[in-house]
Amino acid sequence: MSQHTVTLYPSRQFKDNARSALGDTELRHSLRTAMDFLMAKRLSAFPDENELETLRTLGETIRQRCLAKLPTLLEQLEAKLTANGIQVHWAETPAEANQIIQGLIDRRNGKLAVKGKSMVSEETELNHHLEAHGVTAVESDMGEYIVQMAGEKPTHIIMPAIHKTKAQIAKLFSENIPDTPYTEDVDELIQIGRKALRHLYMKADVGISGVNFAVAETGTLCLVENEGNGRMCTTVPDMHIAITGIEKVVEKLSDVVPLYSLLTRSAIGQPITTYFNMISSPRKEGELDGPREVHLVLLDNGRSQAYADTQLRKTLQCIRCGACMNHCPVYTRIGGHAYGTTYPGPIGEIISPHLLGLENTSDLPTASSLCGACGEVCPVRIPIPEMLMRLREESQRPANEHVAHPLRGQGAGRTGKESIAWRVWKGVVGKASHYKLFGWTASHLRALTPVNQPGWTQNHVPMKPAAKTLHQLIKEREAKRS
Amino acid sequence: MTANTPDSTVSGKPGYPTDVYLFGTCLLDIFMPDAGMDAITLLEREGIRVHFPMDQSCCGQPAYTSGHPKEARDVARAQLGLFPEAWPIVVPSGSCGGMMKHHWPTLFAGEPEEALANALAARVVEFSDFLLNTLDWQPQDQGQPAKVAVHTSCSARREMNVHKTSWALVDRLQHVERVVHDHESECCGFGGTFSVKHPDISGAMVADKANSLQNSGAVEFVSADSGCLMNINGKLAKDGNTRFAGKHLATFLLERTGGKS
Ligand code: SF4
Repeated sequence: MSQHTVTLYPSRQFKDNARSALGDTELRHSLRTAMDFLMAKRLSAFPDENELETLRTLGETIRQRCLAKLPTLLEQLEAKLTANGIQVHWAETPAEANQIIQGLIDRRNGKLAVKGKSMVSEETELNHHLEAHGVTAVESDMGEYIVQMAGEKPTHIIMPAIHKTKAQIAKLFSENIPDTPYTEDVDELIQIGRKALRHLYMKADVGISGVNFAVAETGTLCLVENEGNGRMCTTVPDMHIAITGIEKVVEKLSDVVPLYSLLTRSAIGQPITTYFNMISSPRKEGELDGPREVHLVLLDNGRSQAYADTQLRKTLQCIRCGACMNHCPVYTRIGGHAYGTTYPGPIGEIISPHLLGLENTSDLPTASSLCGACGEVCPVRIPIPEMLMRLREESQRPANEHVAHPLRGQGAGRTGKESIAWRVWKGVVGKASHYKLFGWTASHLRALTPVNQPGWTQNHVPMKPAAKTLHQLIKEREAKRS
Repeated sequence: MTANTPDSTVSGKPGYPTDVYLFGTCLLDIFMPDAGMDAITLLEREGIRVHFPMDQSCCGQPAYTSGHPKEARDVARAQLGLFPEAWPIVVPSGSCGGMMKHHWPTLFAGEPEEALANALAARVVEFSDFLLNTLDWQPQDQGQPAKVAVHTSCSARREMNVHKTSWALVDRLQHVERVVHDHESECCGFGGTFSVKHPDISGAMVADKANSLQNSGAVEFVSADSGCLMNINGKLAKDGNTRFAGKHLATFLLERTGGKS
């Protein structure tokens, strides 16, 4: 995937994308090395398995409690934030969110925005929107800065540029940042990037950030980061606009403590991040710094669809740590771009259908061997394989079948061929006499086994029935004995 | 109809089972029946009567994981009446065992058969788990010294939590050294219909698994799951590999303990 300029990969082309990613040996190597590193880091951050499991249960309980009270908590959050001087805006769709943000920037006649990392703004493709309306948005998170420079989308929710090699970054910097010599020294590269970004904070009209936890009790926006760029974005420009999904609200400040610990340890094996920002108001009378205006944009974008179903609601427990992708054997082999969605990997497979509809994502829930590695590490115990199976069911459900909470794109993965195949299968395997006849025929006619078995013989020798089934062997043995 | 072996001697230990059902699984039935026979022989040698309900077919997993729970339920329903006695239901496959133990209750929730499905699920025990933890199998290894790798299916590992039982059984063989392979806990890429729906991705996974098993220093590998075995062996054979292959755990254990000529 060396020098891609394409930024959007429609998820309908998932299989093609995956195939080309699999053929990219450099990418495969980068991903494997990075994921091995992240898995090892996570493991070392949880030396005590009991503590880990206790903490995960706590994380799950907190997230489920907060989701159960979501409507009330959102109201409380709005009231508290407003009382604190932070203005709250509601957006149902990405387009609405972008318009709100653009409107706010226009009010100040803003031309330059610096951005901290925000996956929700990736979801709305905010940068494109602003660019088209005369506002330059510069990513300030080092990984985001790199992918923006490369004209790509993040490939990982925590490490946006994890697919890039040192050499690729060195080349990008030397070609795009004026007066920059080619260097593969990581520290030097970071310094080059930081320097280029530093003066932008001073010039920027607006700072845009995401939110990790929005605390209803106190009206506080918590922002977790390592580079200090988040603090710069949220404190230096006169206006700070935060954007996040409606599910990010937590009830109490004390809920943040265990979730924060789970987040950083699961994500990169860090006990705590270098920066933890708690934003509770704009600059107050007599204060010397801080933004004069703070806004929060709360985006739905399909989340209420997941919320409506008690099983699928668990999807919203996610705290975006990325551990599920780090441990996913599929993600490790194809990387984030192949998914063609904002959120890749296991979390992407279960949330994207709500964001984009099953009609655009029907390949994603099937792109898993259901190995369960994701569910095993998820810090808030989202049963990801169970969610995947449920989404497969909704994707296979006839489009006209009536259900209580139909998903957008219900039946999108259904094909006549496959539905018939399962009905035939049921007819054969579901009745003992048919099944025995089938076993008998398969073993006796094994010489006629097709040598071309679609999908299977691409990687394997043909599946060939044994000369006798277990049923037959047992029957013969019994006959001999009596 | 039940095929049983009334002539076996039953151990007198308290709590030691006298009878078990074997659920052979469809994959093993059709593609790897010898492994099923070997499991039966091993159990019988421990003094257990093995009952094989002849009307059994499949646990329903392929349809269930492919988004067709109705078809899965119809197939699973056909199995529910086959295990009337309160004996354990031994399953020589972690993933089918996982389906029966953990997904049948969900599949039949709210259905008339719910209670029956739950009761059966509670009696399901994976083969290696049964051999180790119920029977406390104590083998006399009669084989030559050998290094062997173990591949545990993801269902066995994460759903049934029995990956350590395969290790423990292999470790009880006096002349076998169990070697660890690179990324041992990683999936082999089978995943039922995943392997045919996403053959490119699945192919990359099984290629890596086959490589790491071969590079482990083992002369062969064992697994208690027929799906993984078909996947990895099918890949090894496709690559023209004739020297290295995997065996079902039951077959391996029986061979090592002189039960097979
Ligand atoms: S689903 Fe779980 S593991 Fe994956 S990003 Fe969300 S919280 Fe982390």
